[in-house]
Amino acid sequence: MNAPLRIPLIVGAAMLAVLAGVPLVADGYGLSLAINILNYAVLATAWAMFSGPTRYVSLATVAFFGIGAYTVAVLGEALPWPAVLAAAALVGLVVAIVVGLSTLRLAGVYFVIFTFGLTELIRQLVTWYEVNVSNSIGRYVFLDISQEQIYWQLLALGAVLFLATLLLGRSRLGFALRIIGADETVARHCGIDTTRAKVLLFALSAVFMTLSGAIMAPRWTYIDPAIAFNPVMSFQVLIMALLGGVQRLYGPLLGVVPLALLFEYLGANFPNHYSILLGAVFMIIVYLLPNGVVGLARRLRKADRPASPAAKEAS
Amino acid sequence: MFIDALFSGITLGGMYALVAMGLTLQYGVSRIMNLAYGEFLVAAAFCAYLLMTGLHVTPLWGLLLIVPIAFALNWLVYRFLLTPLVKRTRTRAALEVDSILATFGLLFIVQGVMQVTFGGNYYSYSYLNEPVRILDSVLALNRLLALGFAAVFGIGFYLALTRTRLGTAIRAVAVDPVAARLVAIDVRWASALAFAAGGALAAGGGVLVSMFLTFNANMGVIFTMKALIVIIMGGVGNVLGALVAGLLLGLAESFIATYVDPGLTIAVTYGVFLLVLLVRPTGLFGRAAR
Repeated sequence: MNAPLRIPLIVGAAMLAVLAGVPLVADGYGLSLAINILNYAVLATAWAMFSGPTRYVSLATVAFFGIGAYTVAVLGEALPWPAVLAAAALVGLVVAIVVGLSTLRLAGVYFVIFTFGLTELIRQLVTWYEVNVSNSIGRYVFLDISQEQIYWQLLALGAVLFLATLLLGRSRLGFALRIIGADETVARHCGIDTTRAKVLLFALSAVFMTLSGAIMAPRWTYIDPAIAFNPVMSFQVLIMALLGGVQRLYGPLLGVVPLALLFEYLGANFPNHYSILLGAVFMIIVYLLPNGVVGLARRLRKADRPASPAAKEAS
Repeated sequence: MFIDALFSGITLGGMYALVAMGLTLQYGVSRIMNLAYGEFLVAAAFCAYLLMTGLHVTPLWGLLLIVPIAFALNWLVYRFLLTPLVKRTRTRAALEVDSILATFGLLFIVQGVMQVTFGGNYYSYSYLNEPVRILDSVLALNRLLALGFAAVFGIGFYLALTRTRLGTAIRAVAVDPVAARLVAIDVRWASALAFAAGGALAAGGGVLVSMFLTFNANMGVIFTMKALIVIIMGGVGNVLGALVAGLLLGLAESFIATYVDPGLTIAVTYGVFLLVLLVRPTGLFGRAAR
C-alpha cells in the first residue's frame, strides 16, 4: 500500500469508528437528524462520483433513490432483508445501464433535461401501474428495522462508497473519466471507450443511490410515488454537492452538513416559505461559489491562479 | 369522438406551440435554458385571474397589461440576474449549465411565492364559456378565442423574426453570436430583447390558458417540460419547427386521452420526448448536430 492512500484510510477508519458510536449517545431527534445527514452524504458523494469528473449534470438522483424505496415496499415482506437489498441494487443497476447506454451520447443541456424528465417518467409510470394494476396509490412498509440499524447500514454504505471512490480515483477508469471531463473529443482520440467508461460509472453511482433509498424506506411506514420520487431531493443533493465542491472526495461532505442542517431548520420553522428559501440558497451558491467551498479555499490559497477551470466547449 | 379529439388536440397544440415559441427564443438566442419559464406562465395566469375576479377586467384586456409588464420584468431578470453569468462564463456549454442552475433557484422562488399567496388549490374563472358547434362537435368559445389569439401571436412573431431587420439580427445571434458581433450586432442587447420577448410570449400563453384551464401554483414545471419537449422536437431555435411540434404533441395527447387512457397523457408526453432525444438529438427539424 502506498503512502498517499494510507493517510485517508486511517483518517476514514477513525471517523467511521467515531460515527458508529453516534446512536449510542444520541436521542431520538439527534439520531433522526444524523440519519438525514448520512443519507444526503451518501447521495451527494454518489452524485459527485459521476458528475464530478465527467461534468455531466444529472437530475436523476431521486429516480434511483425512489426505485430503491419502491423495491423495498414491494418485496420487503417477501424476502429476507439482504436479499431485498440485493434485489434493489440489481433493479437500480439495470435501469442505470439502460438509461446510461441510451442517454450518455447526449451532450450538456440535453442530458440535464433528459434526467429531469426521467424522474417524472418513472413516477408517472409507477403511479399508473399502482392505480390500474394494484388498485391503490400507496403502499405500507412494515419492517422490523430500528432507527439504529438504518443508521449503521447507511454508515456502512457510506464507507463502501468512500472506499470505492478513493480506489476509483487511482484507477485507469478514474483517469479516463478525468480526461473525458476535460475534453471528450481528446479522450476519444486517446483511444478511451468514452461510452463504456461513462456508463460504468453512471451505473455504479446509481447503485449507491438505489441502496440508500432501499435502506431509508423502512423509515416511512407509508410510501407513494409522490413521496418516493420527490424531485426536490434531486435538487437538494445537487446543491449540496455543488456547495461542497465536486473536485475532491471530501468536497460534497462540506456541503452536506451545513445544508442538511439548514434545510432541517428551514423545514421546521418556515414550512410555508421553504421553497422560496431553498431557491434563494440555490441562487446564492450558484452566484457566489461557482466552484464550491473547496474551490473557494483553493482560490484563497492561490489568489493569482484563476479558480474556474475552463469548461469544456460544446462539441 | 374523432372530431372532438381533433379539435381539442388542435387547441391544446396551438397553446403548446405558442408557449414553446417563447422558450425557443430564450434558449435559441440568449442561450439561457430558463427552467423557471413555466412559473412565469403560471404567474401570468394568476394575474389574469386576479384581474378578472377582483377588478372585472376581462383576460383579453388583461393581455394588454400583463404582456408588457412581463416583457419589462423578463428584461430586468436578464439584465440583473443573468448578465453576471453571461459575463462570467466563457463558453456556450458552461453558460447553459450555469443558467440551468440559476433558473432552478428562480423556479423555487417564484413557485414558493405563488404557493404562499394562493396555496395549493386549483383556480379557474368563467369567461366566455359558451358552446360553439363546429362539424358535430361542441367547443367552448374561450378555447376557440385562445386558439385564435395564439395563432395571431405566433404568426406575428414569425413575421417579425423573418421580415424585419431586428428579427434578422436576432436570428443571426441565434445562429452564431461571434459572427453576429462582427457585423455590428449588439449581441448582449439582442439576447436581452429575445429573452424579454420570450417571457412576454410565456405571459401571453399563461393568460390564454387561464381562460379555459384550471391551474395551481405548482403547475409551472409541467408547462416548462412541455415547452422543452416541443422545442427539442422542433429543433432548437426553429420557430416553425416549434409550431409543428406543438401541434403534433397536442394531437398526440388528445388522441391518447380519448382512445387509450387519460391517466397516461403525461407519461406519453415524456415517452415521446425521450424517444425524440434518443432518435434525433437535434430535433425532428433540426439541422446537423451542433
